[in-house]
Amino acid sequence: MTDLKPRYDLAVIGAGPAGLAAATLAATRGLSTVLLDEQAAPGGQIYRAITRSPVRNPNVLGTDYWHGADLVGPFRDSGADYLPGAAVWSVSRTLDIGLSRDGAARILPARHVILATGALERPFPVPGWTLPGVMGAGAAQILLKTSGLVASGNVVMAGSGPLLWLLAWQYLRAGARIDAILDTTPRENWRQAMPLLPAFARSGYVGKGLKLLLEVRRKVKVIGNVSALRAEGDGRVQSVVYRQGNGAEQRLPADTLLLHHGVIPNINLANATGCAQSWDEAQRCWVPDVDGWGATSVEGVAIAGDGAGIGGALAAEHRGRLTALDALHRLGAIDRATRDRDAAPHREALDRALRGRDFLDALYRPGKDFRVPADDTIVCRCEEVTAGQVRDAVKLGVSGPNQTKSFLRCGMGPCQGRLCGPTVVEVIADARGVSPAEVGYYRLRPPVKPITLAELASLPKAEDEVAAVMHH
Amino acid sequence: MSEPDVIIVGGGLHGCSTALHLALRGVRALVLEKDHIGRHASGVNAGGVRQLGRHAAEVPLSVASMALWHGIRDLVDDDCGFESHGQLKVAETEAELDSCRERAAQLTALGFTHEEVVDQAELRRLVPAIAEHCLGALVSRRDGAAIPYRTTFAFKRKAESLGARFHEGAAVARVARSGRNWRVETADGAAHEAPVLVNCAGAWADRLAAQLGEPVPLEVIAPMLMITARVPPFLKPVVGATGRTLSFKQFPNGTVLIGGGLLGRAHRDENRTDLDFAKVSTNARTVWDLFPIMRSATIVRSWAGIEARMPDDIPVIGPSGTEEGVFHAFGFSAHGFQLGPIVGRITADLITRGASDLPIDAFRIQRFRHTAAAA
Repeated sequence: MTDLKPRYDLAVIGAGPAGLAAATLAATRGLSTVLLDEQAAPGGQIYRAITRSPVRNPNVLGTDYWHGADLVGPFRDSGADYLPGAAVWSVSRTLDIGLSRDGAARILPARHVILATGALERPFPVPGWTLPGVMGAGAAQILLKTSGLVASGNVVMAGSGPLLWLLAWQYLRAGARIDAILDTTPRENWRQAMPLLPAFARSGYVGKGLKLLLEVRRKVKVIGNVSALRAEGDGRVQSVVYRQGNGAEQRLPADTLLLHHGVIPNINLANATGCAQSWDEAQRCWVPDVDGWGATSVEGVAIAGDGAGIGGALAAEHRGRLTALDALHRLGAIDRATRDRDAAPHREALDRALRGRDFLDALYRPGKDFRVPADDTIVCRCEEVTAGQVRDAVKLGVSGPNQTKSFLRCGMGPCQGRLCGPTVVEVIADARGVSPAEVGYYRLRPPVKPITLAELASLPKAEDEVAAVMHH
Repeated sequence: MSEPDVIIVGGGLHGCSTALHLALRGVRALVLEKDHIGRHASGVNAGGVRQLGRHAAEVPLSVASMALWHGIRDLVDDDCGFESHGQLKVAETEAELDSCRERAAQLTALGFTHEEVVDQAELRRLVPAIAEHCLGALVSRRDGAAIPYRTTFAFKRKAESLGARFHEGAAVARVARSGRNWRVETADGAAHEAPVLVNCAGAWADRLAAQLGEPVPLEVIAPMLMITARVPPFLKPVVGATGRTLSFKQFPNGTVLIGGGLLGRAHRDENRTDLDFAKVSTNARTVWDLFPIMRSATIVRSWAGIEARMPDDIPVIGPSGTEEGVFHAFGFSAHGFQLGPIVGRITADLITRGASDLPIDAFRIQRFRHTAAAA
């Protein structure tokens, strides 16, 4: 890590649309800026491999994907430093960033930090979801973007939400076969979503979305109102068993089951930094508390993009620019009036991009049975803890996820609760008959990404140790 | 609801243990805990159950507590994850090995035989993965480790089953005399009365002591720990070092806990700690030196608990020096977990019999009368 400055005005973490847009604007307007990203190339998940995807036919991944290239060019020209392959495992309240790259760790200080850690798929804990061959639709989409790979054999998709339909469409465009889509969207969601339809109808999504949906429905068997789902197989998934409404169990052969029911903010780094967060009932997830500029409860730390609440890729871009303007203001580069004036077009664009989001949230809100699994379903994959064990702990008087963590080791594994946190919260809240808001969430701890002992040992020595050596 | 006989402030291990030992004698305790049971040091410490290397004043208590640990299931109906594979302190130089011999001799002179010095061959038998340069160790074979939150929770549940009551989310706002009783008001507006008050408030205990007119020089500290992803089993005992700060052990599930008392920063009013990764790194280098097998291990989490340390590194245990009907048990200075079972019994003895058969003079709160006044 030779090319880094010893300290930056602004460090942006995550090179998706929010991070790219934020870093570009800040660096263009004179802040010494570094963009730290875990991946080898910019784009985040939504524009994953945008500079190097082997899928060159633009019709496969779609024009929305290729918009990502419009963000990368200006970023390259912005003067921001870019550090790919860097895992950020800690951001302290003193704005010291712990990161690892190429087997060495270091602490990089910054005057302001923008977290652009994006979204991750909401855990979808059905019986058998830990079998090989079962994966998130998001993971399948990454394989397609980075390597041009699609699943072969019998492919079943199950779940709900725009990304599921987008992946189905991309799969079909890439020539893959999909045996069936099991739609778990609860029927009653339509009642909640209908009043929000007019706003959605005025958004840019509606035309594109409908076209995509119809194309998929023409080519793939879609089974709606799926109320129960499980994967079965000996050593790997071989079939998918489901139920429609109150109907009898049906079975489909499957070599691959792609699950998805929405995305939620990736809050791990913000949480470990100590940013306050609240339960969002509409999106059914924990969301960091931010103001209109993305500023969190921790001085000097802002969040841009889906990491501060799901708004989608276009919204993320605009939110990135707004947080960058606020960073410029807070660091004394521009006054408040300039910030507010320059923010106006981005705010307008953000409002446009968020139009109709309420409708999607309401329509694709996952059904309770898929959020609050039955007793024998594993919720914590790292420690193999079942929903039943969590319920038993609640019966003993364990009242929140931090206690189940201490009690069952649930959430103590290497994923730091990314795969179980939302489910554990739902299960405890349901068992106690209270809102998840009352149950709380894991207190996460750095390193939020695993680092090796060797990396940690390579950190510069503590100041007092250095001082002790100097004085001898 | 009937008023309790004793109000205990603090739902950590010492508060829960005191409630249990009182309940075993038919004395009804009410435990007031500002957060939830085992939220701080009691729930997140390294879990060492250690007689090894204790301050001379603590040794009799530690030995008595060890007997309770070896029958912990009989006491609380849960094994608390307690496993006894010994604890040892590795000597890396001849000088360190000499200090181990001196220590063992000191204890023998005091009449205790649980610590012994072992040579390089026995060290390698006990800890095959230890680095080759290590020359021997001080060993306490009946020591071990348990799971802290599970332990604290087990004490709470057993106490509760015998009639103790626990109010979580009940921060004490004010304590005052009310006739023969102590009246304890909590931040949520409730008030409770009992003739006896016990201060087990850990890192917050100095505030209660100050209200009772006996301020103490308590330091709020945040000892840091880290844990690895699972690695194949290679270690049974808990390993420390003679010349450096380390506490190192492998859980039955394969994860390895690395601690030893290096301090982060505690913010007790916010229930928050900041880690100091430069110091965590020092710990990592110690492990690098002593356990070559660990060099490729992955650290998945680090944390710190909020704990109280007294200037002389031993706790405050015993009756108040200013008020009748008040007892203290706090300030365990990052090594109170093993003492939990016995200190609850000592405090219950003090309340129900007016005395303990263990020597606790060294822990009197009066020892700070002058230092705290000067501070």
